[in-house]
Amino acid sequence: MDAIILQILNGLDKGSAYALIALGLTLIFGTLGVVNFAHGALFMIGAFCAVTVQRLLNLSFQTVDETQKDFLGNPLKVDTPYVEAWFGPEVGATIIDWSVPLAVVFAIPIMLAVGYAMERGLIKHFYKRPHADQILVTFGLAIVLQEIIKYFFGANPIQTPEPSALKGSLDIGLMLGFDPNAIIYPIWRLVYFAFAAVIIGGVFAFLQFTTFGMVVRAGMADRETVGLLGINIDKRFTIMFGIAAGVAGLAGVMYGPLNPPNYHMGMDFLVLSFVVVVVGGMGSLPGAVAAGFLLGVLESFASTTWATTTIPGINQIIIYLVAIIILLTRPRGLMGRKGVMEE
Amino acid sequence: MLGLDKKDTSLLIIVAILTLLAPFILNPFPTGSAMAQFNAGYPDLMQRFVIFGIFAIGFNILFGLTGYLSFGHAAFLGVGSYSAVWMFKLLSYNVIPAIALSVVVAALFSLLIGYVSLRRSGIYFSILTLAFAQMSFALAYSVLSNPKFNLTNGETGLQVYADDPQIFHRDSLPDMPHLFGLSMRSTYKLDIGAWSFDFNAGYYLCAVIMMVMFYLAIRIFRSPFGMMLRAVKSNQQRMNYTGLNPRPYTLAAFVISGMYAGLAGGLMAAMDPLAGAERMQWTASGEVVLMTILGGAGTLIGPVLGAGFIKYFENIFSKINDNILHQWFSFLPDGIEDFMVFIVHPFIGKGWHLTLGILFMLVVIFLPGGLVEGGQRLGKWIRNRGKGATDAKTKQEPAE
Repeated sequence: MDAIILQILNGLDKGSAYALIALGLTLIFGTLGVVNFAHGALFMIGAFCAVTVQRLLNLSFQTVDETQKDFLGNPLKVDTPYVEAWFGPEVGATIIDWSVPLAVVFAIPIMLAVGYAMERGLIKHFYKRPHADQILVTFGLAIVLQEIIKYFFGANPIQTPEPSALKGSLDIGLMLGFDPNAIIYPIWRLVYFAFAAVIIGGVFAFLQFTTFGMVVRAGMADRETVGLLGINIDKRFTIMFGIAAGVAGLAGVMYGPLNPPNYHMGMDFLVLSFVVVVVGGMGSLPGAVAAGFLLGVLESFASTTWATTTIPGINQIIIYLVAIIILLTRPRGLMGRKGVMEE
Repeated sequence: MLGLDKKDTSLLIIVAILTLLAPFILNPFPTGSAMAQFNAGYPDLMQRFVIFGIFAIGFNILFGLTGYLSFGHAAFLGVGSYSAVWMFKLLSYNVIPAIALSVVVAALFSLLIGYVSLRRSGIYFSILTLAFAQMSFALAYSVLSNPKFNLTNGETGLQVYADDPQIFHRDSLPDMPHLFGLSMRSTYKLDIGAWSFDFNAGYYLCAVIMMVMFYLAIRIFRSPFGMMLRAVKSNQQRMNYTGLNPRPYTLAAFVISGMYAGLAGGLMAAMDPLAGAERMQWTASGEVVLMTILGGAGTLIGPVLGAGFIKYFENIFSKINDNILHQWFSFLPDGIEDFMVFIVHPFIGKGWHLTLGILFMLVVIFLPGGLVEGGQRLGKWIRNRGKGATDAKTKQEPAE
């Protein structure tokens, strides 16, 4: 029992990332009908927002400290980050320590702006073109974004550690009444899961309980009629694109401590997220979220030693295998709606 | 000639002349001169031109004619490479059985994947092929290289070792891929004045095969079968209503393009007897998509142009560094020179992919027909300009 719970928990953090990216993909697909191959790049840009914030906070000036000497006897040069000078050493150190959560605040406007610019500047011109063209142009955009990030940040992964208060692990087994040390789980993964749950809940609440969300849902169901009612649905869909970009970006910001960001992390996640969207059902938001968590947990079960010894390498291919089976048996995916992308 | 009409024959002849004379055409600059780095006439690169040309021609038969965008074609290339290297390991270094097996295995493999993937179309087809290719990559990379059953040799890549059986290998034969004793690496150097030209056996084998493949592609394009594939692209529903089942046609196109990819993979292994899993990764599939679109999907010559274009600039662009840029802009005043170098710097050397990405986006946005359409538009514009002038003259006459 405890082993099963452990595997479910292990699957949750990757599942959260899949669910968040797939949610954004589905939002874009459901509203604008565009297949966005650059969505992984948005995830990556989010992660690099965290890197940028970390670097900005660590900007420092040098002073010569006469009291300390280096091994040659010269006065030691000390780097002091500006934040420590402005807010005092202790507050400054805490701010630097919490740079990843702080980056969330910084990333929201940036990702919204990136999403808005992308939709207005590029995607807008591709509504009438075939899906193949949309795939191709966003694929090109993904390459460009990736290379720009590589130019500024280099090709190596960059560490973005979590705050030291959230380092270490929790003994969840003890809380649930199992033996001690049965289920040990890193705190940051729990934080990531909670964060993902909040964002997913937020997006659903926004769509369900606001007038704006209602109009968007109506537009997803029948764009033409909503337009005929005199509502500027395009403008709202553009904002939804921005929100989808924001969701992907935030997923990236918080993923940094789990996996140091590098410039091609987006591509790695993109392929899997597409599979997730297809399994969940094109255009179905709950389907995308459910499939994200489901596949994440499945992957973690397939990575157990029992599974890998029975069928070697099952952990590498399980997601694709599930996707192929689902697509062939239930072409619309788990929760796909009728009439959406039947082609 | 050969069952082609006049226009296609001349196209085939042009391609034949270009490929056969490539060692001259690609080496326009004397060795040792400052421009020698733009020479592309060395065997390794020329082989890649034609091999990727074959790959792109095959991809175009599927994408250009039926409109099915496969994002997993590199899987067939990888499978072809692996089977060729296995032939080297088991039989001998002769390339004929290796290439034959790579085509056969790729055909079987694509039959399997195509049968499953072609049940869906549009975006689902792209994602299915992508999933299959990634799965094959994962399998080749880790699963199929366990000690008990080592089919792919994992991260190291499959290669020929001294203790491999090689039952037909004789001591008189060269210890590298050969065609009945003619080593693929044997190169004849021709020096004329300051110029030096390489004639490589491997390149000419690939070139001849590419010409045959190009001829076959023309025949497919012009055949009733090709018409059917175009019908699939333009309106599948209408085709259904007329009582035709598109599935066998698309499956045949998929298998044919898979065989082209397998052939390219086999040739790649024949030039350099090594096969690695990274050839199957989806970025490699993306590359052939780039080549085909950039050159012009659905046209005959487009994919070859695209493959040549991308491979040429990949090699040449990545060689340019800041020093060369400073030489180029040295006629400018110092400040402007540095500024120009600063502007151009991100796009060269390691930044080649950035240039490629931007170029690709521009082509998709403004020139969906690729380089071929660009050429046609340019030609039309020039002709119309000439005509426009005469038109203006004729219009003026009645007024007088």
